[in-house]
Amino acid sequence: MYSSNSKNLNISLSINDEERSVVVRPANTLLSVIREGLGLTGTKPGCYNGDCGACTVDVDGVPIKSCLMLAVEGVGKKITTIEGLRNTPVQKSFVEHFAFQCGYCTPGFIINCNALIQKHPNAKDEIIEEWLESNICRCTGYKEIEEAIKSVITAKSEEQL
Amino acid sequence: MDILGKSIIRKEALDKATGKAKYTADDLSVSMLHAKMNISPYAHARITHIDTSEAWKLSGVRAILAGEQFPLTGEEIRDRPPIAYDRVRYCGEVVAVIVADSPAIAKSASNLIKVTYEPLPVVNSPSEAYKINAPLVHENINSYHREKGVYPEANTNIANRTKIRKGNMELGWRKSEIVVEANFSFSPSDHAAMETRCAIAEIREDETVIITSSSQSPFMIKKLMHTYFDIDIGKVIVNTPLVGGAYGGKASVQLELIAYLASKAVNGRKVKVLNSREEDLITSPVHIGLDATIKLGCTKDGVLQAAEILYLFDGGAYSDKAVDISRAGAVDCTGPYRINNIWCDALCMYTNHPYAAPFRGFGHSEVTFAFERTMDILGNKMKMDPLLLRSTNAILSGDTTPTQVLVNKSNVGNVSECISRLKKIINWDEGKIEKVSDTKVRAKGICCTWKNSTIDPHAGSGVTLTFNPDGSMNLISGVVEIGTATKSVLAQMLADKMKMDIHKIYVQMEVNTLSTPEHWKTVSSRGTFMAGRALLSAADDVIYQLKKLAACILRCSNEDLEVGFGRVFLRDNPELYLNIKDICYGYKYPNGNAVGGQIIGKGHYIQRHITYFDQDTGRGNPGPEWTVAAQGVVVELDRSDYTYKIIRAITVVDIGKILNEKAALGQVMGGMSMGLSFAGRETFIFDQQGKIINPQLRTYRPLRFGEHPQYDVEFVQTPVIDGPYGARSVGEHGLIGMPAALANSLSLAAGVELNQLPLIPELIWKTKEGVTHDTI
Ligand code: FES
Ligand code: FES
Repeated sequence: MYSSNSKNLNISLSINDEERSVVVRPANTLLSVIREGLGLTGTKPGCYNGDCGACTVDVDGVPIKSCLMLAVEGVGKKITTIEGLRNTPVQKSFVEHFAFQCGYCTPGFIINCNALIQKHPNAKDEIIEEWLESNICRCTGYKEIEEAIKSVITAKSEEQL
Repeated sequence: MDILGKSIIRKEALDKATGKAKYTADDLSVSMLHAKMNISPYAHARITHIDTSEAWKLSGVRAILAGEQFPLTGEEIRDRPPIAYDRVRYCGEVVAVIVADSPAIAKSASNLIKVTYEPLPVVNSPSEAYKINAPLVHENINSYHREKGVYPEANTNIANRTKIRKGNMELGWRKSEIVVEANFSFSPSDHAAMETRCAIAEIREDETVIITSSSQSPFMIKKLMHTYFDIDIGKVIVNTPLVGGAYGGKASVQLELIAYLASKAVNGRKVKVLNSREEDLITSPVHIGLDATIKLGCTKDGVLQAAEILYLFDGGAYSDKAVDISRAGAVDCTGPYRINNIWCDALCMYTNHPYAAPFRGFGHSEVTFAFERTMDILGNKMKMDPLLLRSTNAILSGDTTPTQVLVNKSNVGNVSECISRLKKIINWDEGKIEKVSDTKVRAKGICCTWKNSTIDPHAGSGVTLTFNPDGSMNLISGVVEIGTATKSVLAQMLADKMKMDIHKIYVQMEVNTLSTPEHWKTVSSRGTFMAGRALLSAADDVIYQLKKLAACILRCSNEDLEVGFGRVFLRDNPELYLNIKDICYGYKYPNGNAVGGQIIGKGHYIQRHITYFDQDTGRGNPGPEWTVAAQGVVVELDRSDYTYKIIRAITVVDIGKILNEKAALGQVMGGMSMGLSFAGRETFIFDQQGKIINPQLRTYRPLRFGEHPQYDVEFVQTPVIDGPYGARSVGEHGLIGMPAALANSLSLAAGVELNQLPLIPELIWKTKEGVTHDTI
C-alpha cells in the first residue's frame, strides 16, 4: 500500500521506456507504486498475494506479479506495463478473438502472452499452459484466450518460413 | 446493411487491451481518504466490547465507526446493520470501519482495534436452521420492515417461504408407477470477480451524495440510499464506470452504504472502500448454498406425473436478495417439462454463513443440479435412456409452468430441438460410457434447463439518443458494461435501424444516474431484451422527428420519407434528400431563418403483464420469456484414484435470434466455465464453528487456463415475439446446466449417485467407498 512517512526513499524506475523518479517506502510493492505513485492504472490488483495474475508486469522480459515484488527491487530493471504496449500482435489478437469480456484480467494476460512469444516464439501447448495458468480469467472460458495466443504464434512461425 | 448477427468488436475493446479502461478503484485522487474494515472472526457472537483507543493513536486516522446503531438495511427484509451492532452473525461481517489518510494507516489501525466477543451457538447449514429447536439467527423477524410478497415465519429461521401448488398430488402419486426420492446439498461459494468490489462516496455541501461504485445496480443504490437513510432521492448521484466482472455479485448494495457512512463521519470528504480479496470473498455477499429433497414419479413409459420438492436455500445471516433467489428457485423448480402435479416449498433460511447475492443463473443452476440429478436417478431406476426421458417430457405449447403460466411458441424456447441437436453433437448413439484404459472410463452426462427472469414486475429501461453535428450519434443507456457487450449490441441495433455505419455510433459506457436514463438493474440477462426494446423505440422516435422536419422542408408528408445512410430521402426518389447532419441541429434556410432544433430521441420499455405470486399456490407470471437449453459434459474418470478430466462441454441453447455471434458464444462459454468451476471445485469450507477456512484464491481455486475442456456451443433460434428482433436472454444460460451435467456424467462413470457439490475426487471416493468420516 502506498503511503508516505519519514523512511521514504527516492528511487528511479525505468517504466515503459521512461525514467520515472518516485518516492516510495521500502515496504511498497511494485504494484502499489506503479498504480498509486505513477498513476499507471492499467496494472490491476486482484488479490495482492500472487494468486490471480491481474497485476502482471514485464520485468526484463519476464512476466512478474507486481504485487510480489518490492518497488525498490525494480531499480535498474526495464519494466513494461500494459501502457507500454501499443499495437502489438498480442493486443490485436485479443481484440479480434474476443479474448476478454470485462477486461479486468486482460492487462495481465496480455503482458504474460507478450513475454511468452518473445521467449518462446514457437511455444507448444504445454508451454502455453504452463505460462498462462498463472492468470485467472473469470469471464471467458479461456478458449478465446487460447485462440488469441495460438494465432499469434502460428503467424510468427509462418513469418519465419 | 447486415449488421445483426455479425461479430462486431465491442466498443470499449481497445481501451481494455491497452490498459486505458477505467474501473472504480482506478480513481486515485490525492484528496481521498481510505476506509478499511475490521471483520468478525466468529460466525455467531455477541460483541461485548470494542476498544478503539490504540487505533486512534495512529497519526492519520480520521474516523472510526464502531458500536454505533445505524438504520437497518436489506432489499426484501430490513434485517442487516451496515456495520454490526451488538452481535455478529457471520464470519467476515463488518464490525468496525476505520477512515484514514492511506489504506496502510487504516489497515494498521484496524489491527489495533480490540473487539471482545462472546460466542453464540452456530447455525451451520440450512438443514440445521430448519430443525425445530435450532438456535435463532434473528429473534424478531416480524419486527423488521419488509417488502410486499415476503413471508417470514416468526420464531424460526425461515426468512421466506414460496409455495408452488399445482394440480393434484394425490392423483399424481396414484398415476406414478415409478417413484424415486433423493437429497442434495452444497455449501455457499463465490463469484470471485477479478475486480474486487469498490465504492467511493463524498457528500457535497448541499448534502448531495456522490457515489462511484463497481455495481450492477447504480439506480438501485440511489433508491436504497433514499430508503435507508432518508436522503432526498434526487440528491443521490451514482456513477458506475466499467465493471470488472460481476456475475450477480455486484447487484447487491453493501460497500456503498459503508462508504457513505464513512464519508459522513469525516464531514463529507471523499472516502474509498476497496475490498481485499479476502473481504470480497467472505465479507461481501456470496453465492448461495442449497439443501434439497426431491421426490419424483412417472409412469412405466416415463411420463412424469408428480414432483414434490423441498428447497432449503442457505440465505446466510441476512436475507437481502436471498429471498428473491429462493423465490426464483420455486418459479422454475423443475426442469422444462410437462408436469401436471407439483408441490414445492422453497425456503430462504437464515444461517450463520455469509449472506447471499444473486449469482449468474439466480437460483437456477442450484435447483437444476438437484432436479436433473433426480431425473437421471429416475431414468436409472426404470432403465430408460436419460435423453429419451427428457424428450418424452419436454414442455410444449399448451402446457403450463410450475406457476401455471400457459406456454406458447413464443414465451418458451424449443426444448425438443435443443435435445435432438445435443444428441447429435455428443454422439449419443455411440454409447454413454466406454472404457479407455485399464482404469479409465469416459462417460457422458446431460440435462435440460430453462430460465425466466423474476425481477420487479414493473422493471424497465430507458435509452436516449443524440446527434453530433456531423450526423453521427450518441447512445446513452443505463445498462452497466459488466463484460457482456450489451451496449455494443445496442449500437448494432441502432446501426441497423438507422442504416448507418456502426463506427459513427458513440456509446456512453459509464452510467451516471443524474443524466443516464434508468435501466432497472443490469441483471437477470435482461439487458439486451429491455434496453433493446427501449433502444428500438428511441430509434423510432428519432426517425419520426427527422421525417417530420424533413417533410416540412421538402414539402411532402412524413409517410413519403425514409431514413438511412445519413439521409432522409423520398421513398420513390432517393435523389431528393436532406443530409441528417444538416437537420439534426435544426435546418437553416439560405436567408438565415431556422426551423427544427436539435433532435433528441427517447425510448423506454417496461415489463408487461408480470404479476406477484399467489402466496398459497405460487400462481403468477414471472417474466417475459424462458430461454431453454440442453447441455452435456463428457468426462474421463480414473477409477483408481477418482481424479477426472472434463473432455467436452456442450450447450445447445435457444437464443431466439443471434445479434452478435462471438459475443453470444463468449457469454455461453464463459457461463459454462463458471458452472464447471462451481460444480467441480468451488466451495467455502466451514469449520464446526462456521468459520471459513479458505478465503483466498489459492485455497478457493477457480478453473485456470489449461483446465478448460473443449467447448461446443450451438444456437437454436425460436424468436420471442416481444424481444428485440426476437432475441432471448442468454447471459446466464451456459452456466445453469453444467453442475447437473457434470454430476450426471461422473455418477455414471463412478457407478454411484453423486448428490453433493463440489465434485472433487475426495467426494467421489467417499461416496463410492461409503466413507463417512470427515477428513478435514
Ligand atoms: S494482485 Fe498480484 S497476483 Fe493478484
Ligand atoms: S475478461 Fe473478465 S476476468 Fe477475464
